[in-house]
Amino acid sequence: MSALDSRPGEPAHYSQVWCFRTPRARLALWGGWVALVALFVWCWQVMNANTLWVFVADAPDQAVDIGSRMFPPDPTYLPELLLPLWDTLNIATLGTLGGIILAIPVAFLAAGNTTPSTLLVRPVALFIIVSSRSINSLIWALLLVALIGPGLLAGIVAIALRSIGFVGKLLYEAIEETDGRQVEAVTATGAGRAQVIHYGIVPQVLPAFWGIAMFRWDINIRESTILGLVGAGGIGMKLQSSIDTLAWSQVATILIVILATVVVSEALSARVRRALI
Amino acid sequence: MTSSPGSCSSHTYPRHWRRPPQLITTRRWRLAIPLLALAYLILALGSLEVEGARLMEGLSRGARFVQGFLQPDFTSRWHDIRQGLIESLTMTLTATVVGVLVSIPIGVGAARNLSPRPVYMVCRSVVAISRSLQEIIIAIFLVAMFGFGPFAGFLTLAFASIGFVAKLLADDIEEASASQIEAIRATGASGLQLIHYAIQPQVMPRLIGLSLYRLDINFRESAVIGIVGAGGIGATLNTAIDRYEYDSAGAILLIVIAIVMFAEYGSSYLRKTLQ
Repeated sequence: MSALDSRPGEPAHYSQVWCFRTPRARLALWGGWVALVALFVWCWQVMNANTLWVFVADAPDQAVDIGSRMFPPDPTYLPELLLPLWDTLNIATLGTLGGIILAIPVAFLAAGNTTPSTLLVRPVALFIIVSSRSINSLIWALLLVALIGPGLLAGIVAIALRSIGFVGKLLYEAIEETDGRQVEAVTATGAGRAQVIHYGIVPQVLPAFWGIAMFRWDINIRESTILGLVGAGGIGMKLQSSIDTLAWSQVATILIVILATVVVSEALSARVRRALI
Repeated sequence: MTSSPGSCSSHTYPRHWRRPPQLITTRRWRLAIPLLALAYLILALGSLEVEGARLMEGLSRGARFVQGFLQPDFTSRWHDIRQGLIESLTMTLTATVVGVLVSIPIGVGAARNLSPRPVYMVCRSVVAISRSLQEIIIAIFLVAMFGFGPFAGFLTLAFASIGFVAKLLADDIEEASASQIEAIRATGASGLQLIHYAIQPQVMPRLIGLSLYRLDINFRESAVIGIVGAGGIGATLNTAIDRYEYDSAGAILLIVIAIVMFAEYGSSYLRKTLQ
């Protein structure tokens, strides 16, 4: 070692091998990983306490069996699917519409810069948003079918209630990100509260709003295809009845139709959003 | 309209300012789109069958449901609720761990800057399949194959996690700084060393964030796939609603909301401290 290596204030000895982390950090990291593995093993055992491994071992045969029954898909079933498909599109579109109409006031009440009261109103609006988001649309549909009976209406309301949280959250974030100077400029002209929102905030969030609406519509198309499983109308009802009667070739046809619808709606939504932004 | 191009030269400025049209600037489309939308609305609302009597009945049931929500009954079905919750939580954790472990190689394979083109195509198609199939539909099939119970649910969630985590991980790897990759490559590192020293430090915080987010999503989904027989709290909820036991259903929903909120705040807190 040369004299250059021992300047005052620096350690006399450098480790020969460069290490990514300090020993303490490494120890903590290892501890964390070991804890995770232990938790995983424990959960695995609890979860599979009642699993019948005979069924699991049998699964590949079952898969081959179902696969052979599904193929070829039954094209003669296609005409029967057109009306349910139309219903599904209506559930998604009307549901999105309803959700947006409900979400706009909630978003304005939840945004920090437009809410009338940060102490009282804002927490309520945020709670509406969070509870709408934390319940899946299928659960909403399950509840609504029990409440207002099976059919399209239950699906539409379920989609609408589910959409509030998503649209509300993204919209209120967009409102909070608006440029304050424009709002100030509009306020300086002596505009009232509603005019400030109309001229100062709405133009700024409008492109984001349409983007969010299209995005949610796209998601809602996906979700509305399965709402029929709990009786809320649309193509999912056909899926349920085909599964119940073990008509696997019909199931294959329905799945292809669902997949095609989802792909088309996704492409459409992506295109509209790109045109907007 | 008070303003036209010709009137500008004669100094008659419009007395009222009109906001110029936003988004749709062509006049023809501005007229056509609302008309088309209106036509659709009439058609769509026409296909809706609403029975007044059924709705009135629904109102009274709705009142009972709200009452059940306000006075949730945790005790009388507690055994079922507990069983469902344990299934949901264990299934969520195991599925997320397995899903993330499987997604890592797939995510690396689906990153354009790391893997050769054939591998890239294969991994991207795995991601596309996993993302385009709904959890519920996967669950129906897996229940048909593996029988009722949480194991089918575990597989469903793990499979669904792959599409989500692998896609976002791959996108993140593609965005990783190329100069760091180049620097490590210049030292003569092998492929694995490259991933370990150049990619992993850059994407690890994001991967942890994604995993926590997916944990959150998987719990929400685990509350649903029970409806088609894949175990978890969804099955309990379905039974409660089928039996019109709205007080138990209210209790289950409150528990689900509480756990989801806890997970959301917990995971955002964890992500903040880790990054």
